[in-house]
Amino acid sequence: MIDAPSSRRLDHRLPERFMPTINYDLCRVCRRCVNECSYQALEFKESRVVPSGGCVACGRCIAVCPANCIEVRPVPPQFAPHGNWSERSRRSILAQASSGGVLLSSCGADDTHPPIFDDLLLDAAQVTNPSIDPLREPVETITYLGRRPGRLEVCDGKVIVQEDDTPLIRMDMPLMFGHISLGSISYNAQKALFMAANELRIVAGSGEGGLHPDFYQYADRICSEVASGRFGIKPEYLKGVAAVEIKIGQGAKPGHGGHLPGEKVTTMISETRMIPRGTDALSPYPHHDIYSIEDLAQLVSVLKESTEYRLPVGVKIAAVHNVGAIASGLVRAGADFLTVDGFKGGTGAAPRVIRDHAGLPVEVAIAAVDRRLTQEGLRNRVTVCAGGGVRSSADMIKALALGADVVMVSTSAMIAMGCRVCQQCHRGLCSWGIATQRDDLTSRLDPQVAAARIVRLYRAWNEELKEVMGAMGIDSVESLVGNRDRLRYRGPNPKIAEVMNVKHIGEGWG
Amino acid sequence: MKYVCRPKGHAHDCDCGKDSMSVVGDRAVIDLSLSATQPMHYTTLNCAMRKAMRQGCLSIELKGVMGQRYLASTASVPGLHVAVHGTPGNDLGAFLNGPTIEVFGNAQDMTGNTMNSGRIIVHGNAWDVTGLAARGGQILVKGDTGYRVGIHMKEFGESRPTTVIGGTAKDYLGEYMAGGTILVLGLGGGPPVGRSLGAGMHGGRIFVRGEVSPEQLGPGAALLPLNEDDEREVRRLLGDFIKAFGTEVHQDMNGYVKIAPSSSRPFSGYYDKTNV
Repeated sequence: MIDAPSSRRLDHRLPERFMPTINYDLCRVCRRCVNECSYQALEFKESRVVPSGGCVACGRCIAVCPANCIEVRPVPPQFAPHGNWSERSRRSILAQASSGGVLLSSCGADDTHPPIFDDLLLDAAQVTNPSIDPLREPVETITYLGRRPGRLEVCDGKVIVQEDDTPLIRMDMPLMFGHISLGSISYNAQKALFMAANELRIVAGSGEGGLHPDFYQYADRICSEVASGRFGIKPEYLKGVAAVEIKIGQGAKPGHGGHLPGEKVTTMISETRMIPRGTDALSPYPHHDIYSIEDLAQLVSVLKESTEYRLPVGVKIAAVHNVGAIASGLVRAGADFLTVDGFKGGTGAAPRVIRDHAGLPVEVAIAAVDRRLTQEGLRNRVTVCAGGGVRSSADMIKALALGADVVMVSTSAMIAMGCRVCQQCHRGLCSWGIATQRDDLTSRLDPQVAAARIVRLYRAWNEELKEVMGAMGIDSVESLVGNRDRLRYRGPNPKIAEVMNVKHIGEGWG
Repeated sequence: MKYVCRPKGHAHDCDCGKDSMSVVGDRAVIDLSLSATQPMHYTTLNCAMRKAMRQGCLSIELKGVMGQRYLASTASVPGLHVAVHGTPGNDLGAFLNGPTIEVFGNAQDMTGNTMNSGRIIVHGNAWDVTGLAARGGQILVKGDTGYRVGIHMKEFGESRPTTVIGGTAKDYLGEYMAGGTILVLGLGGGPPVGRSLGAGMHGGRIFVRGEVSPEQLGPGAALLPLNEDDEREVRRLLGDFIKAFGTEVHQDMNGYVKIAPSSSRPFSGYYDKTNV
């Protein structure tokens, strides 16, 4: 399952990145840490536990140690300092010179470039517009996913909705779980997400791994995904869910397909994806029936025909440089909602070069999409979902104010379940039982417990959203969406503020 | 929730098929030339077909089809036979789940897109991306096909999609193929298959009657002789083809070659998982 270190020559072995350090004064030698370490970075030797190399800082040993005597320390730089040749650049070269392979990674881009979210400040109400106490007065966060009616007509006191009346999905908060497939994560992890979405009354993405028969009980909270691999698509996968989403791209790897390595294709995964056991599950880079907006319109239409116009059909794209024009095309192709996945979005496996270097920060992408659709008179017709690097309720609020109707989160839900973002998902050894298919590891995750933690996290975020809206004097989340006048930019590059159409700090209203 | 048969339209008590559909017993006939609106919109035709299916029809005959798209998409009625006279549009029988569709004419692009089970029989040509991501069922084409046919076909358990092409196929036949069988007969003459044959295939098999040179193969594909199981399968597929079209095909197995993946893990050594 993992690459065998012995296959690499010793002279190319890289220095350790992390070192589990044990306080032997406190250690009771219970060896729980040794048993729990799926990366085999600890061993029992000569009556004590010692590090054996390969620690990834997943934090499992720290969490299970009853004596609280383990500390995982980052290993200080082992190469001669150099301002240009970073430790990582040299490690990458050494690794690739040994393997000749494309460097694989997971989770979101981990560069230290500060997110634009951190350069935005929120507004609050003072004197001229009163703030609202969300604990005592109504502050509404109900959000609808789907295509809005183009026009309403009032005739003899009755409201008549003009044009199409595709149903909208009601969600209690402007939040959805991103698409994480069964395969990239375990049965228990996906079950926890669906249970949490059900409890929170929001929508969770299925990912493109099909839908396990046990999960149809949550179907009215699931948005099923049609991606280029077309895994697990059968009539009930399209007809029996809340919404269907065509995945064109993913923020972590725009323009790239999917690749679930054969080791992760267990019997359960093969049944759900409807592919043979042990073969690589490859998703082609493009959909080969979509080479243009007109082709996309056909897939949208055939899905609408297949679902008899009862479900919203959306399209998800990675945030790329021309995202505004592409988003306009998606709406014109018939998408009822569109999802923009930013460059910091997560993944279960992606080439590092793409994960770290391709795409557009979601903050800029949201503003670009919102502005372009508004200019073309389309913005009021669709739901814009956006995600990719949303770490907190503050990021969520800023994404809403930049122009997203719904914010997509995934990594934060993983962290709520136990993930420590050690970026080893692609190895299938997740010690927390999330990004793995190994039975002994997946059984570590109790879906009930994990779901409860996810529910608590996002309920808290929603309360924080209400607090901020109240402080701004806004009583409905719809009035926050696209309200860029309640944001100010304080970052290093005013050009970013200009392209996002956000004023600089110090600039007043009007 | 309310059924709507047209995006810009009316509630489910609609008039779709009122002027063009007649149902006798379990047989429905939809004559598109009788429609008051010309040409009939695909949403109207699909809505009428769904009505026939809901009424329990096991045979739907379409007359005068002129490029209407998405016909019988996701149709799941077991034993249903849909006869299409004229020219259906793209995505015929997409997500098909059981029924048989017979086209007396040419089919366009994406026929049998992501089909699950059932049969699509085309008494003519079927163009690009026929049988995309099919997971079961059978597609029989009497004539020629276009580019990237049978892309990413897969198989699982009893579900093994098969595609038989009487004429020729163009480039990228069976790209990303993960399962199932494609048989190309090249009956009309000309080179039976193009370039990049089976590019990136990691499952399934392609049989070609005629010459295939190694230069035509895509990465991951290998040229092999047929074994006994293969010959049995080719004979069975030839039987299906002959039964569907009544064409005689020479059954000498020496004229066939097999294209199969060189590995079920084509990219296992491609990535470096070092924690840098």
